[in-house]
Amino acid sequence: MGILEVKGVGKRFGGLQALGDVNLSVQENSVHAIIGPNGAGKSTLLNCLVGKLIPDTGTVMFDGQSVLGRKPHEINQMGISRVFQTPEIFSDLTVLENVMIPCFARRDGSFRMHAIEQVAREGSIIEQAETMLADVNMLEKRDFHAGSLSRGDKRRLEMAMCLVQEPRLLLLDEPTAGMSRADTNNTIALLKEINEKRSITMAIIEHDMHVVFSLADRITVLAQGTPLVEDTPEKIKGHPKVREAYLGEAQH
Amino acid sequence: MLGLNRKDGVLFLIVVVMVIFAPFILNPFPSDSSLAQFNAGYPDLMQRFLIFGIFAVGFNILFGLTGYLSFGHAAFLGAGSYAGVWMFKLLGMNVLYAITASVLVAGLFALFIGFISLRRSGIYFSILTLAFAQMSYALAYSVLTPITNGETGLQLSQNDPRILEGASAADGSLPVPSLFGLETRATHTLDLGAWSFDFNAGYYICGVIMILAFYLSIRIFRSPFGMMLRAVKSNQQRMNYTGLNPRPYTLAAFVISGMFAGLAGGLMVSMDPLAGAERMLWTRSGEVVLMTILGGAGTLIGPVLGAGFIKYFENIFSRINDQVLHQWFAFLPDGFENAMVFLVHPFVGKGWHLTLGILFMLVVIFLPGGLVEGGQRIGRLFRRKKKTDQAAGTAQGQNTPAE
Repeated sequence: MGILEVKGVGKRFGGLQALGDVNLSVQENSVHAIIGPNGAGKSTLLNCLVGKLIPDTGTVMFDGQSVLGRKPHEINQMGISRVFQTPEIFSDLTVLENVMIPCFARRDGSFRMHAIEQVAREGSIIEQAETMLADVNMLEKRDFHAGSLSRGDKRRLEMAMCLVQEPRLLLLDEPTAGMSRADTNNTIALLKEINEKRSITMAIIEHDMHVVFSLADRITVLAQGTPLVEDTPEKIKGHPKVREAYLGEAQH
Repeated sequence: MLGLNRKDGVLFLIVVVMVIFAPFILNPFPSDSSLAQFNAGYPDLMQRFLIFGIFAVGFNILFGLTGYLSFGHAAFLGAGSYAGVWMFKLLGMNVLYAITASVLVAGLFALFIGFISLRRSGIYFSILTLAFAQMSYALAYSVLTPITNGETGLQLSQNDPRILEGASAADGSLPVPSLFGLETRATHTLDLGAWSFDFNAGYYICGVIMILAFYLSIRIFRSPFGMMLRAVKSNQQRMNYTGLNPRPYTLAAFVISGMFAGLAGGLMVSMDPLAGAERMLWTRSGEVVLMTILGGAGTLIGPVLGAGFIKYFENIFSRINDQVLHQWFAFLPDGFENAMVFLVHPFVGKGWHLTLGILFMLVVIFLPGGLVEGGQRIGRLFRRKKKTDQAAGTAQGQNTPAE
């Protein structure tokens, strides 16, 4: 039984059946990639996992507990973090503050009214955030405004914000979209390291086959809202149905 | 100092010193000189500086930190005022009864309005708060007359129970608000040569409370709570996916700023025990928005500066009439004098709103960070000059290590 079990999930937007009958099982400590052509329902599926959308049918179980009906912040508190296609960070805050916020969220839960204590006195939180920044090689930028960072740095910062929470499952929505080849390779290396060193389970949505085949342990191919096939990268590469539905199309 | 870092500590000290010495600072002109009309150091106006300072500091906790623009904060000012007068009527004339009740009533009122309004953000939130405030105004004016005394306004009367003190003073006159016997209207006038300075008990009561409110605001700005409020303004989506629920944070900020507004209302009636429905009118709500933006939203001292600036304009600039203008331009030949008076006339006296409006536009266009940003720019200009001087100094062969 995997850490994330998706069973029979369907979602309809008006006349469009975005997700048909999706079954998915993500094993602990693995990297599970979800690929598929545009409009296959990848993002809809992801949004169903994090509470942004509520599926019409089916169940989503995380670590034996149902995710459905919970709000995004509650699902995050269960141990699911999410990296967005365009980095979502607190642009008006400093880099250090960006990482301190998830530290507070982890220690104090979804709301705590400490209005009189001072941030400067929160030694252990600052230390925790600084250690995390050092891990992603961003410590020297701790006092920068997050909004002024380069795109690659924003991505690394967002990753640091997710990792400092020590999530059990990290969801990544096209983490290398719009990146240069060099940045993409750096991101692959970073993700590999995260998966191996911190043993964090990852589910990743990606267009770039290079990224998928260098990271994933298992791949699910989604087409028109239903999973076409689920297998190891080697098998997927040679699978005739996949070539037809996806890889073939990509070679226009 | 007091748990503040050095920079905030200095700022806080400056505010304390300004409040203590305001009767001197605001009265720079001898009382019989022609410039005496620019003196702002009379008790009534000085109290208003502080009270609106508190109002704006509280508003800034909501608007400056979370970015939620409330257009109905006058409702809390009004609710605080009514609660304060009722305390004077029912309990006694001690200022503490009034402001305690004002803060509590305004807080509860803000909890109710905030709970509903904060379901929306952006312009919809602003409209909801505006609607609530206008509803409160209309209710206070009509249906709630038994509580608010309608258009006459709520005031003290001889028949009030005042259970802690008895109905009226010994000579049958209406009692006045006081702090443990110190009447808020008590004023000591100090004549120094041609100058005359007023020291008013009510002003210093407001001063102490304003300093406390300002201190609280600094602490909130520098707390993890304050950081979360800035995070709300920056990116609510990321907040949600970081396991934080933005709603209780915004609601808490809304209630705190409502309580500050209530405190301001309570102090208003402590200085002059009268509360009318027009205190809830939307123009009052708009005024505090102007103050905060003019001074610099999201900065510590900005709202205080903005409040002082607007109140000064309202009370001093509006008093420059044609007669005064003729005096100013008397040195010109008659034709020119009349022409100048004609030109300046729309901008002063009753036209002070026009000047304020133009200044507001200039600030928003050229100094989006408000008066505080203006100050910072001037400061930076000086520092850069100093740095280039130093650089020139080091270049002349002094071997001081580079920083």
